[in-house]
Amino acid sequence: MYPAVTLLLSLILTAAVSAADDATIKAGVFSPPRLAPDFSLNGSNGSELKLSTYRGKVVVLAFGFTSCPDVCPITLATLAQARKKLGADANELQVVYITVDPERDDVERMRAYLVAFDPTFVGGTGTAKQLDAVRKEYGIIATRKVVGTSPLYGHSSFTYLIDAQGKLRALMPYGHSADDYVHDLRILMAKKS
Amino acid sequence: MNALRRHWLLSLISGVAVGATAWAGIAPIQSPSRETLFEIPKGTWARRMSGSKIEILPEEIRLTIGLSDILVLRNLDDVPQIFGPTLMMPGQSLRLPFEVASSYTFACTAHLSGQMTIVVDPWPASPWARIRWRVRQLLT
Repeated sequence: MYPAVTLLLSLILTAAVSAADDATIKAGVFSPPRLAPDFSLNGSNGSELKLSTYRGKVVVLAFGFTSCPDVCPITLATLAQARKKLGADANELQVVYITVDPERDDVERMRAYLVAFDPTFVGGTGTAKQLDAVRKEYGIIATRKVVGTSPLYGHSSFTYLIDAQGKLRALMPYGHSADDYVHDLRILMAKKS
Repeated sequence: MNALRRHWLLSLISGVAVGATAWAGIAPIQSPSRETLFEIPKGTWARRMSGSKIEILPEEIRLTIGLSDILVLRNLDDVPQIFGPTLMMPGQSLRLPFEVASSYTFACTAHLSGQMTIVVDPWPASPWARIRWRVRQLLT
């Protein structure tokens, strides 16, 4: 009798704590969270990039392109700063950056670009068809425009926060500070077990 | 006599207008909920497929810090749909809080402009800001 009551109470308590945490998250919270779709792309680290590889870590998933003049550099610099602020907990974080520009963003270019922000950041590229499929799964918009002679992309500027169980938990709009990321990432990291 | 009555009436109207404006500027503002909810009703996808034009989210959403600073999007339809900035599964909701007054632009295919703007106004601290906020509430 008592073990059953204890189990029930602990489940209720866990649910209550979880709901309270979700309410304090600064990003937009999905309810219920869905499993983040897996993908297989060419990783900037020279390996196959699969989201499921990072199960057990909190993943920040961003979309953009290395020639992006404003949104991407600011987002990646913010994430690099957040990672530094996490200190020892930074090991529990993986930033994954997927290109929307398969014409120019090959593995080498993405590696060189991301290393400038943080050597642990991993980029993903592939064929236009592969990248289209990933964007569709995540509801990411990318519109190609040619300005002068070079193509530019208008793209979704937010990042997704994926928990250690691989669930797509939240959407962080563009413009949030490194402290906001640290705040939310610590909440997600605390829910690891 | 008529002129006197007209004068009295004008004075009364002016007095009420001044009183209402003073109240609108001074009385504290309260909001029953800080959430602003938009929902995709069940059957929306089917109606869109049959040719109906259905607009759920306006191109511009206005929120106010401390009063209505949480945007809630909910997909009650049976199929996944792009709703605002993101893809939402059937039965899923997105609760998006705002803490900084600013203008936020999201890519959104549902609108002709290709984007959706969320304008977050600061807490109406001054009497004039409270009057503007109340007038906007009356008009929307």
